[in-house]
Amino acid sequence: MARVEHPISLQLIGITKVYPSAIALNDVSLSIRGGEVVGLIGENGAGKSTLMKVLGGTIRPDEGQIVIDGVSTAGLTVSRALDHGIAFVHQELNPFSNLDVTDNVLLGRELRKGLFGFIDRKAMEDRVRPLLDMLGTRFGPSDPVSELSLADRQLLEIARALSTNVRLIILDEPTSSLTLSETQRLLDVIRHLRDDGVAVLFITHRLSEVEMVADRVVGLRDGRNAGALAREDIDKDAMVRLMIGRPVSQFYEKPGETSGNIVLEARGLRTAANPRETVDLTLGGGEILGLAGLVGAGRTELARAIFGIDPREDGVVTVEGIPVPAGSVTEAIRAGICLVPEDRKSQGLFLDFAISQNIAMPSLAKLARYGFVDTQAELALAGDAREKLGIKAPRLDRPAGELSGGNQQKIVLAKWLATRPKVIILDEPTRGIDVGAKAEVYRLMRALAGDGAAILMISSDMEEVIGVSSRVAVMSRGRITGMLEHEELSEERILRLAVE
Amino acid sequence: MHRKDLGLAVLIVCVGTIVALVNPRFLSPINLANTANLIGLFGLFSIAQAFVIVTGGIELSIGSVIALLGVIFIDLISTFGVAWPLALAIVLVLAVLIGLLHGWLVTRLGLQPFVVTLCGLLIYRGVARFYTRDGTAGFSFGADFPALEYLVAGRTAGVPHSVIAFAIVAVIAWLVLHRTVFGRHLFAVGKNEEAARYSGIDTRRVIIVSYVLCMLLTGLSAVFFAMYTRSVQPASHGNFYELYGIAAAVLGGFSLRGGEGSIIGVVLGVILLQVLQNLVNLLGIPSSLNFAVMGSVILVGVIADTQFMAYREKRRQAAAMSTLDMQNRTPKRSEAAPEH
Ligand SMILES: Nc1ncnc2c1ncn2[C@@H]1O[C@H](COP(=O)(O)OP(=O)(O)OP(=O)(O)O)[C@@H](O)[C@H]1O
Ligand SMILES: [Mg+2]
Repeated sequence: MARVEHPISLQLIGITKVYPSAIALNDVSLSIRGGEVVGLIGENGAGKSTLMKVLGGTIRPDEGQIVIDGVSTAGLTVSRALDHGIAFVHQELNPFSNLDVTDNVLLGRELRKGLFGFIDRKAMEDRVRPLLDMLGTRFGPSDPVSELSLADRQLLEIARALSTNVRLIILDEPTSSLTLSETQRLLDVIRHLRDDGVAVLFITHRLSEVEMVADRVVGLRDGRNAGALAREDIDKDAMVRLMIGRPVSQFYEKPGETSGNIVLEARGLRTAANPRETVDLTLGGGEILGLAGLVGAGRTELARAIFGIDPREDGVVTVEGIPVPAGSVTEAIRAGICLVPEDRKSQGLFLDFAISQNIAMPSLAKLARYGFVDTQAELALAGDAREKLGIKAPRLDRPAGELSGGNQQKIVLAKWLATRPKVIILDEPTRGIDVGAKAEVYRLMRALAGDGAAILMISSDMEEVIGVSSRVAVMSRGRITGMLEHEELSEERILRLAVE
Repeated sequence: MHRKDLGLAVLIVCVGTIVALVNPRFLSPINLANTANLIGLFGLFSIAQAFVIVTGGIELSIGSVIALLGVIFIDLISTFGVAWPLALAIVLVLAVLIGLLHGWLVTRLGLQPFVVTLCGLLIYRGVARFYTRDGTAGFSFGADFPALEYLVAGRTAGVPHSVIAFAIVAVIAWLVLHRTVFGRHLFAVGKNEEAARYSGIDTRRVIIVSYVLCMLLTGLSAVFFAMYTRSVQPASHGNFYELYGIAAAVLGGFSLRGGEGSIIGVVLGVILLQVLQNLVNLLGIPSSLNFAVMGSVILVGVIADTQFMAYREKRRQAAAMSTLDMQNRTPKRSEAAPEH
């Protein structure tokens, strides 16, 4: 990146955005200028993404003004925002998975050559490669996007934003699926951009990241301004108070002991992703086993094989000693296994379906009489879950897609808890969840373990792995490279095993 | 009843009223009974189509299957002297087999439904024509099956039995699609197949069953059509019926992307299409314009629907805005801390 010639100066004044079912923004103001990193924090549903969409031009506010370089306007379009040098990395990823990396990064801005304007593939790759190098990606310019992991796709979106003449970059939870080293790298990139005069708006639920890079923090609460913190006032407690108005007590607690009886056992398991490695794993009732490792270590694949989404190459899985047939989700659920997948929007939820229908989906057969859905029982089940998990949803018959990210995650949890599972596999369970909700998810996990469930938690958030797990298994390249007891847990130890 | 269905019902009444005013013959008992009969016949396979469309698939071979099974049904009875209940059973079994084949190709081999059923459309039509040596399959002169004819082409109190069959099928289809667990699974698979799999739904089975149900109803429909025309010309019998079914489903609110639609909608869609057909006949519009009229009405209907949706969204938005204004005015604003 070269230095920005005309750093941006931007103010949002009195922005209001109303949805028929919710007031997303209520008279919110915010300002930012070139060379500044502003952290935007708030609980799930506070309106952070909505505010950023106003800036990115994807939604038009009902009231308020946007002042860019002294010129005022009532709303932007995506192309006008781009003209102003505003680049937006969305929380929801949607790359074109039928294209490759280069095509995605430069989509709509293809480089051409010659008389007929043929696409200049080589020039495009030369343009993309340095961006990928800067971000330190594992993938190259010509890799197909369909094969990229969630984390890689996140980096791809960032590369795409950086490939424009960016003066303001909006990052909506860019680190939610990145590992520690990738996150460090991204934070470095953010500092770089700031030094070059770019304005950075950074949304995250990982408050330590905000502490590390933000020059200023702006808090939103229930769609309103909740205040701001200057550089020297930024610390975790202050941020939490800003977000939820009170401190969160007892974030991590020492998990309970396992009752000793083995609930889940996998022996000689081989997955299609790593057909040469075998995995052996036992999981006791009442324990939370953390599964750590770098992205791409084969953790998700292992979970999918146990849950029956993918066929197993080989090996046995038993629940309480009874073998679970391979390759069938139905059988896995019957045996008492459930999986909260890493990508809730495409795997966990039916975004257009009612909240109650989402929660009841795997329990329908149990709620049915003679094959007919009992809608009363369905609503009761959902209402129950809403109360128990503290889901913020005014109406259960509204589509799940209208909820904020954190509340959507709780819906996915609720849907599985309703089946009373014995083994709960959670793949990045707190991705994109605010501190308050995180604490609730942890509390829930402890409660479930306390009731005798065996919990397997895949997580790339080191703090979380160490804070929540009774034991930690570390995976690397499809193999379990080590098993650490609670007393032995440290970031360093886990990392050493993860790169083995 | 859905708002969408209501709009469709209103449209039907409007079109009906206009036709009746211009040409009172529309309301004559003969015309009504004829139209109703056609509604019943076309309704059966339109509901069949709906079951596949709701899963995000499509069934293009309906017309050809109606021709092929019609030929086989007539031939079994008139050439081989098979008793008609047995012939009916054979035809339905064949229909189920075709449905299984389509479902298997789509789910196990991962072929696209459009491709599979397009090939079906060509193959079954070709086989039907070859089977009859491009001739006509018909009952021999004077042949008489009073029971079968009464059941399939007869009337009770002036109501054609095809209408009764259609009504029964529609009620069962409504229950299955909108009230059972299986129906919910159909919608789920159509909306998001991956999430359905992660929810423990056997998506392959659901899709296969949807094709089987579709073909079963199509087989039934084939028998009704064969007895209606009494002879089957395989080169033209049932031509375009699949498109007719798709049109009825789309009118009735089914999304071709899957996961949306209602049985009441498709029933109303069928009725509207038949009334339009009637309109062309009774208003003296050249029958060559038949398809053009249908196409225009569907297009206008779909456009009106999206426009109305946008309008309603705006109104709800405005209502929400005004409640917000009320809220902001009454209590003094507490915490709008201006920053910077
Ligand atoms: N398309 C929509 N229709 C209706 N309501 C919506 C829509 N989009 C957002 N909302 C509502 O607006 C509010 C703010 O949502 P927003 O996505 O901005 O939250 P957020 O702060 O980004 O939360 P998260 O941290 O979970 O991403 C929520 O109450 C949400 O339910
Ligand atoms: Mg958000």
